Amino acid sequence: MYHRYDALVIGAGGAGLMAAAQLAGKCKSAVISKLYPPRSHTGAAQGGIAAALGNVEEDHWVWHMFDTVKGGDYLVDQDAAEVLAREAIDAVIEMEHMGLPFNRTPEGKIDQRRFGGHTRNFGEGPVRRACYSADRTGHMILYTLYQTCIKHDVEFFDEFHLLDLILTDDGICNGVVAMEVLTGEIHVFHAKAIILATGGYGRAFQVTSNAMAATGDGMSIAFRRGIPLEDMEFYQFHPTGIYRKGILLTEGARGEGGILRNADGERFMERYAPTLKDLAPRDMVSRFIWQEIREGRGGGPNKDYVTLDLTHLPPGALEAKLPDITDFVETYLGIDPHVEPIPIQPTAHYAMGGLPTDVEGRVTIDEENTILPGLYAAGEVACVSVHGANRLGTNSLVDLVVFGRRAGRHALQYIAENELAPLPPEPEYRGRAEVANIMERTTGENVADIRQDLQVQMMDKASVFRTGEGLREIERIVRELKDRFHHVAINDKGSVFNMDLLEALELGYLLDCSEALVAGAVAREESRGAHMREDFPDRDDTNWLKHTLAYRTSGGLQMRYKPVVLTRFEPKERKY
Amino acid sequence: MQVTVKVLRFNPELDSKPHYETYTVEQEPSDRVLDALNTIKWHIDGTLTYRRSCAHGVCGSDAMRINGRNRLACKLLIKDVGSTITIEPILGFEVIKDLVVDMEPFFDSYKRIKPYLINHDAPPVGRERLQSPEDRERFDDTTKCILCACCTTSCPIVWTNEEYVGPATIVQGHRFIYDSRDQGGQERLNMLNERSGVWRCRTIFNCTDACPRGIKVTLAIEQVKRTLLTGE
Repeated sequence: MYHRYDALVIGAGGAGLMAAAQLAGKCKSAVISKLYPPRSHTGAAQGGIAAALGNVEEDHWVWHMFDTVKGGDYLVDQDAAEVLAREAIDAVIEMEHMGLPFNRTPEGKIDQRRFGGHTRNFGEGPVRRACYSADRTGHMILYTLYQTCIKHDVEFFDEFHLLDLILTDDGICNGVVAMEVLTGEIHVFHAKAIILATGGYGRAFQVTSNAMAATGDGMSIAFRRGIPLEDMEFYQFHPTGIYRKGILLTEGARGEGGILRNADGERFMERYAPTLKDLAPRDMVSRFIWQEIREGRGGGPNKDYVTLDLTHLPPGALEAKLPDITDFVETYLGIDPHVEPIPIQPTAHYAMGGLPTDVEGRVTIDEENTILPGLYAAGEVACVSVHGANRLGTNSLVDLVVFGRRAGRHALQYIAENELAPLPPEPEYRGRAEVANIMERTTGENVADIRQDLQVQMMDKASVFRTGEGLREIERIVRELKDRFHHVAINDKGSVFNMDLLEALELGYLLDCSEALVAGAVAREESRGAHMREDFPDRDDTNWLKHTLAYRTSGGLQMRYKPVVLTRFEPKERKY
Repeated sequence: MQVTVKVLRFNPELDSKPHYETYTVEQEPSDRVLDALNTIKWHIDGTLTYRRSCAHGVCGSDAMRINGRNRLACKLLIKDVGSTITIEPILGFEVIKDLVVDMEPFFDSYKRIKPYLINHDAPPVGRERLQSPEDRERFDDTTKCILCACCTTSCPIVWTNEEYVGPATIVQGHRFIYDSRDQGGQERLNMLNERSGVWRCRTIFNCTDACPRGIKVTLAIEQVKRTLLTGE
């Protein structure tokens, strides 16, 4: 089936819905999403969204910008970080006006709490910057944006799975191919502007906070079409996932006073980060948790976790400010966090890397930031880059709304100034062939087995600590898994709601993202932010203060590099 | 532990009517029911079909009837249901395939209650609308709703009366009716005062029992009834 629009948004999480809200009523637009919008993974974000409102203590956007740059280990593009920190304020206010129910101060203003790496006066101590709504801030953002889209009659194609981007011979993006999950029918969407907001790929790792739907669809599909992926080697592990299950326990728990302890009961973060302690940035805290475990100070029979201690929080704090994580701990661990510390371990959480974009959300394709006309990306799928080598807590939600909004607004301008380019012949042939290839094979490899191998190996060799040897090993393993993937066979041969097929397609995306991550990590012979090479333990600004651009070519992956944009802040050693 | 999972299955491309199939899988007691379904799908029968995403009870995808009660499969542990588990699709909506039902009527009903802030005054420039913590607290419980449909599809009135908007729509109405910043309360109250509205509720409490977010659904419905009667 053929559809024609001015603008299309792919993905209905925070970035996609914020972009869609800009387009609503101003052009013919629609949102295509593989999930019903309220199922999107933005809804799992808990702790807060940073904005220097200064509602409870002095704060300034430039402090937020500095923290973002330093938190990202100076790999952040500072022009983008400035946009992020400045526009966070207005974006939070805009969402409040849309109806977002933030927690309130006694005066009725938006309340704010502490979060990792957010400081007053360029690192002097923690600052209350995270605007929050109990520990379901992401849920509230997702719902408020969805509500706003309903209010403005946004058109949705729910449960449509993206298969391909349509690119013309002139290098313009003018549509997408998607499969209607309900029927298996393949649809061609022809449009002037496409905004990718398809999220991350945490499911490449064994222990993750990410939803099963977080499989890197948009990154992989663009990568296959020759668009580079930027800084993929930087993948964030959130320090506090529920032991073995990986379910997120917000940093807001430490913002409210929670303490990490090793098996001896010691508050070990005091040793590593004397100023910010448990509220140091995530890359550091995750690393130090593993260090405690490696040195034999982990808890439990296998000595493989540390604990998050909330037992000393004031009465009522868990109920009022952290009710969801209290429920998760009770449900999944059978523990009452009022009286017992919670076993935790770092969990795969967030891709700092993704499709390179400028501050308007336009996808760029080379070292000169050449624009790919018609294609935008926002949210976790994109790399602006505001997170650099390590994202600060709450900044993903800021990223979503600030750059989702910018992408939507810029797309409006673009569609007003440009004609709809004609479709190339048979625009759906790649997508159709990919599906047919999987559907027609009767015997072969099992999708779940390959995925399981990938997840275990990525966790083992490409997570918090990395070595050249381990990375070269996982590089070979991913290649082998890709070979096996070319022989997958599925059980379900039907057209209606074929989740077996979708899981196979998604495994292909996970393998692509993993391949790019590993290639970037092998090449980058330094340690920066979340990329910790034990064989190159120091940051090397002389050789590596630059962004990776990974390209898929016929001769394998090719690594190119582009400079980091530095404006206000000179790179310095990172201490907390 | 060994777990026997009996699933009500229906493939519209092959079956004329639903039938049960039984699988035996090995799971940890601390695993989720969703993990058992995944084991079946990934290693025994890839055609088994269900929605799922976050796997920890916040996205609302995997509502199903588990041993006769509406639950999210990702928020129920094997040890809490035992070694024999019967899983069926939620009731009241058309089954598309296996545990996947047609959610369109549910979302249509949701959208009719105007689930968004209505405020005709220009907001203050450069700052938030003020709201006291007490005013914010009034509708806190109903902001937790994840539109999973556990409540609506556990309600016997919904099963027998197609007109009734059902508990989830009332919960979503409640979330705005009691928000001090909203000016659309009367519109929504009028809708909920109609034949299809709150007066269909017979306070059976199935909805409250079913809610995976712990929302006091029946209480929310009662609050709306009281406001309709007293104007408070």
